[in-house]
Amino acid sequence: MTTASSLSLPRRVLRSRAVKPLLFVLCLLPFAGLFWRGWTNDLGPNPEQTVIWTTGLWALRLLLITLSVTPLRKLTGWAELARFRRMFGLFVFFYALLHFTAWLGLVNGFSVDMALRDVVKHPFVLAGMTALLLMTPLALTSTNGMTRRLGARRWQALHRLVYVIGVVAVFHFWWGKLAKNNTASPTVYALILALLLGLRLWWAWRAAQARRTQLHRAQLHRARAIDDQSNDPTGKQVGKQVVNQGKSRSLA
Amino acid sequence: PALAAQKNTALSTTQATTPYKDVTTYNNFYEFGTSKSDPSQNAGSLKTRPWTVVVEGEVHKPRTFGIDDLLKLAPMEERIYRHRCVEGWAMVVPWLGYSLSNLLKAVEPTGNAKYVEYITLLDPAEMPGQNDPILQWPYLEGLRMDEAMHPLTLLTFGLYGEVLPNQDGAPMRMVIPWKYGFKGGKSIVKIRLVEKQPVTSWMRAVPQWYGFYSNVNPDVSPQNWSQANERMIGQGGAFGGLFAPRIPTQLFNGYGAQVASLYQGMNLKKFF
Repeated sequence: MTTASSLSLPRRVLRSRAVKPLLFVLCLLPFAGLFWRGWTNDLGPNPEQTVIWTTGLWALRLLLITLSVTPLRKLTGWAELARFRRMFGLFVFFYALLHFTAWLGLVNGFSVDMALRDVVKHPFVLAGMTALLLMTPLALTSTNGMTRRLGARRWQALHRLVYVIGVVAVFHFWWGKLAKNNTASPTVYALILALLLGLRLWWAWRAAQARRTQLHRAQLHRARAIDDQSNDPTGKQVGKQVVNQGKSRSLA
Repeated sequence: PALAAQKNTALSTTQATTPYKDVTTYNNFYEFGTSKSDPSQNAGSLKTRPWTVVVEGEVHKPRTFGIDDLLKLAPMEERIYRHRCVEGWAMVVPWLGYSLSNLLKAVEPTGNAKYVEYITLLDPAEMPGQNDPILQWPYLEGLRMDEAMHPLTLLTFGLYGEVLPNQDGAPMRMVIPWKYGFKGGKSIVKIRLVEKQPVTSWMRAVPQWYGFYSNVNPDVSPQNWSQANERMIGQGGAFGGLFAPRIPTQLFNGYGAQVASLYQGMNLKKFF
């Protein structure tokens, strides 16, 4: 077992009790900044737009940060990173909810009727709404209690929705900027997302490969064992059969 | 510098005007950058003197005007117009200028002149945003002949009693108050009278969302968002006016009594 003192410096820092509260405050800064600018009448000529754009952008940024926790942990071996993932995810929901509320209240005057007509008519709005709706069950099942109740397997299956949310959210941003023919920054976000999801695909593929090789070896091993016990002195016949069976099973 | 003008109350709204600061710092002028604050920060590089405007095409008397000739071509008027951006915000601006029809009559359009197109300066050195191929430069906009001849269509040289600040389209721009703001080409160097409907910059960039007419219409929203209401810029109040309600958008931006007849029998959903 490794002792704390044998850990690398970054891991020791990540283990310190101050890190999580510090990250919490950092995540809250964009909101605090908006509030301060509002308080001091400094939201610019179009305060509605400032609030909607800022909250939407930070929801998306934090979503990419959340999605980078696991790849970063795997690449660096800093297992301590995992304990910040839930907090980042909940901040995504926090900013997405602010973004939605600002749109519903400021653009639509809290008229659900008007908002719904907008959702139905414009794919851009529909995408944003979809991302928020998909996030909601993830936020609701983020507690330890809910994780236990669902069981690790089902919880994980449900929380894989975050990949879909990522794609839908980036699409929402991209589609919005297309109206201004200005898709440079959504393209950057899309590339980062593609990298984060691509890494997962690559790892999943390699893990599947490894399992297959392992299974193959185990079968070979078993086949030899059978051969040893059989009256077939060469062992070739039985061994081949078992291996072939194994192959077709693992491919299925 | 100041620009003298007679108030034209008949063609002016009595609504409160948007503060000068907002009119001159919240601009869409991609030639100087894509963010709203870019034009006021970057437009200093534009040289507005000397400045000439070529008027050509289907006219009997094509001519190149110096900007000083244009300033004297007709009596300068102050008109307070509502200004509605396709993005869903609005302003009220005291513009200075005169009806475009004054200039068009001076060059004597031929019978073939069906449309007017107006073209912005192309000079990436003075307009750094033109290094970004976000639109096909130079910026081109246009009107149907009867729209261009309509008295409300304003050839604009100033605002708030002074010559146009660069970021607002100096030294000469177009203002068509019943259409979305992007129809008002800025820093114009060429006006062409043509027979065929021009393909404007935004029609070329995103054809499914931007049509030739672009009349303000709360019921038609080819773009991403509803055009049903609008946020008035610079109202003030708590949190910079954040919680001031939006106002309903009016058909033809409230100029229907003057301009609706131009579109009689036209399907405004199709010709958006």
